[in-house]
Amino acid sequence: MKKVLLSGNEAIARGTYEAGALVACAYPGTPSTEILETITQYKDINASWAPNEKVALEVAIGACFGGARALVTMKHVGVNVAADPLFTLSYTGVRGGLVIVTADDPELHSSQNEQDNRNFAKFAKVPMFEPSDSQEALDFTKLAFAVSEQFDTPVFLRTTTRISHSKSAALLSERPTDIPVPKLERNPAKLVMLPGNARKRHVIVEQRTLDLEEWACQQAFNRVEKGAGEIGVITSGVSYQYVKEIMPDADILKLGMVYPLPKQMIRDFAANYETLYVIEELDPFIEEQVQAMGIKVHGKDKLSVCGELTPGRLQAGLFGKSLPLEDTSADLPQRPPNMCPGCPHRSVFMELNRAKAYVTGDIGCYTLGFMPPLSAMDTCICMGASIGNATGISKVLSAEEQRKVVAVIGDSTFLHTGINGLLDMVYNQSAATVIILDNRITAMTGRQENPTSGYTLNELEAPRVDIEQLCRAVGVKHVQVVDPYDIALTRKTIREEMARPEASVIITTRPCMLVPRDNIERRTPLFVDHDKCTGCKACLRLGCPAITWDEENKKSNIDKIICTGCKVCQQTCGFDAFQECGEKL
Amino acid sequence: MNKVTNILLAGVGGQGILLASEIISEVMLMAGLDVKKNEVHGMSQRGGSVVSHVRYGEKVYSSIIPEGEVDILFSFEMLETCRYLPLMRPSGKVIVNDWKIAPPSVALGQQAYPENIVANMRQQFADTTLVNGLVLALEAGNAKTVNTVLLGALSNVLEFDRDLWLTALRKMIPERLLAVNLKAFDLGCQTK
Repeated sequence: MKKVLLSGNEAIARGTYEAGALVACAYPGTPSTEILETITQYKDINASWAPNEKVALEVAIGACFGGARALVTMKHVGVNVAADPLFTLSYTGVRGGLVIVTADDPELHSSQNEQDNRNFAKFAKVPMFEPSDSQEALDFTKLAFAVSEQFDTPVFLRTTTRISHSKSAALLSERPTDIPVPKLERNPAKLVMLPGNARKRHVIVEQRTLDLEEWACQQAFNRVEKGAGEIGVITSGVSYQYVKEIMPDADILKLGMVYPLPKQMIRDFAANYETLYVIEELDPFIEEQVQAMGIKVHGKDKLSVCGELTPGRLQAGLFGKSLPLEDTSADLPQRPPNMCPGCPHRSVFMELNRAKAYVTGDIGCYTLGFMPPLSAMDTCICMGASIGNATGISKVLSAEEQRKVVAVIGDSTFLHTGINGLLDMVYNQSAATVIILDNRITAMTGRQENPTSGYTLNELEAPRVDIEQLCRAVGVKHVQVVDPYDIALTRKTIREEMARPEASVIITTRPCMLVPRDNIERRTPLFVDHDKCTGCKACLRLGCPAITWDEENKKSNIDKIICTGCKVCQQTCGFDAFQECGEKL
Repeated sequence: MNKVTNILLAGVGGQGILLASEIISEVMLMAGLDVKKNEVHGMSQRGGSVVSHVRYGEKVYSSIIPEGEVDILFSFEMLETCRYLPLMRPSGKVIVNDWKIAPPSVALGQQAYPENIVANMRQQFADTTLVNGLVLALEAGNAKTVNTVLLGALSNVLEFDRDLWLTALRKMIPERLLAVNLKAFDLGCQTK
């Protein structure tokens, strides 16, 4: 067996391969995205990006009903989107094994909330594994497929950012050679969830959870690690590592499966200790269930429900110890993420700011339009919400105020769940304006293909959806397509459509600067002619990382190493100070 | 006793920090040690603050370095070095690249970039090495090898065989860029 360094996400991909899965499907979402990207190296697995998590799960369900093992991956909020099929899939059970990865994001490193998806396991009555490192991520993925088939249930594998993006050593095995060939097999009483069938299945689901609970008490993935025998700790996932770090002498009940809990095992363990802790991130998910068993434990009385756990936070919560050095970092200039140099979204937000638009926002790189100096975003809830939010707010405003309302949404987010909002907007005759920021890629998560890209996950050519025709087909009468590098046209179009007392769509079309295949033309970087620059700072309103203010000379400068030559800044300058360097990048 | 060494890499998105931490981890794995590394992807790509934790020893549990236990702060940018100093062991070492990248508030002229960073750092951490990464990278022949120059400087303070570093570089760096990176690594090794 070969030992290699793998991230948790790479380990899940490997586990899926070693489990003999034939299908893997996902919508990208941090911190889950790299699982599918890694799976593309295993050509025996049919891997694809779906337009959203609900479709991804439905595709995986289809593959599993066909008899294949199937994986579906998503970030925590993706499970909200996929919840509809999930809850009924719990009733039908599976044919081939089906594993759902939920990659949670405590601390909101790259998310809009920090929901604890262990609650979904209990809510949907679906068993859930939780690995503590990459080796377990690989092993538990294989185990999850086996459990799925053994207990006729979908199985969750839950990671957190620190598991998905940490690398640690893992041992690799081979893929089985005797993978069954899928073929049709009818079983409508199990798979057609009409009330008469579903009532019977519900009874089976309840029994299944009881069976799993009993079985889990005998399995090695739930284990006791003996310490000094004085303090007992129940823990799982990444929290286990912090407990080992901070409480090396504690006796530990390490749970590999967090739902259903092995209740008898917990009772037996708890009986040995005066002082018992449950150490877990986010919600008191295990703690409340243990307390409901009549066992007294400490947990969230010492540790926060908010944010991720760290070794330091665990130490401070339990023992009150703090940093050896004073924290001197508070006053330093912050370095938040920013739209890239040459980003086609930048000019749109500068113009929305100037037009004093009330902008309902959405999820993507363009959410950074919130940051100063662009400062042009007023709401952001979830994938696809911008259009419905614009319709709703327009319903309650005067005709004059309605004109200020603009929804912004990226191509990928529009196809994810924004299209439904547009249907409603047209059907119910809202007067709001929608801007679709079309850069042909799902950029925020690291540039994944989508139906507007013209390519698949495997970088094979694919049909490209025509967003303009799609909007017209939905019934939008006024659709304008503009190049956001043309500021005058972008400004004129935004103002025209904002003033229009009818639903309208503006599509700003420019590929993401970071996608090489869409940016064949190399452009020359610009420089600022200091004889012409008056120091008016108009260009700084773009917030381009390539433009910096020279405090000494009171002029702007361009960093030609990162300037992409988009020339948007040139159009903001009233004094012709932005000139081409004359050297190609 | 299980001794774990903790290296915190810090810098700005796009500086090649994640590749550097990958190479360090590979060296530790080849040396037969347990190793874990941790970083957060996603927002960091867009010019944001980037940090990567590398821990190695006989057995490593947490992939995040416990606060106050950073042995080596290995930094690619001046200001970012300051941000993570509070996480250090009082006896820790600092290796810092002589390079300033203005964050948005400084670029817009709203805030000043901190001054006298290295002098202040030396007062607190006597073992501070300043590396002129860009100058050495240009000497090697490619401005994009700054991270490899810095790895050379780091290899000076870690007790691992030079061959392990070279093997890791050969494994992780594409063939066409290997020669210039090996040169950059050597120039980094020569810094004191």
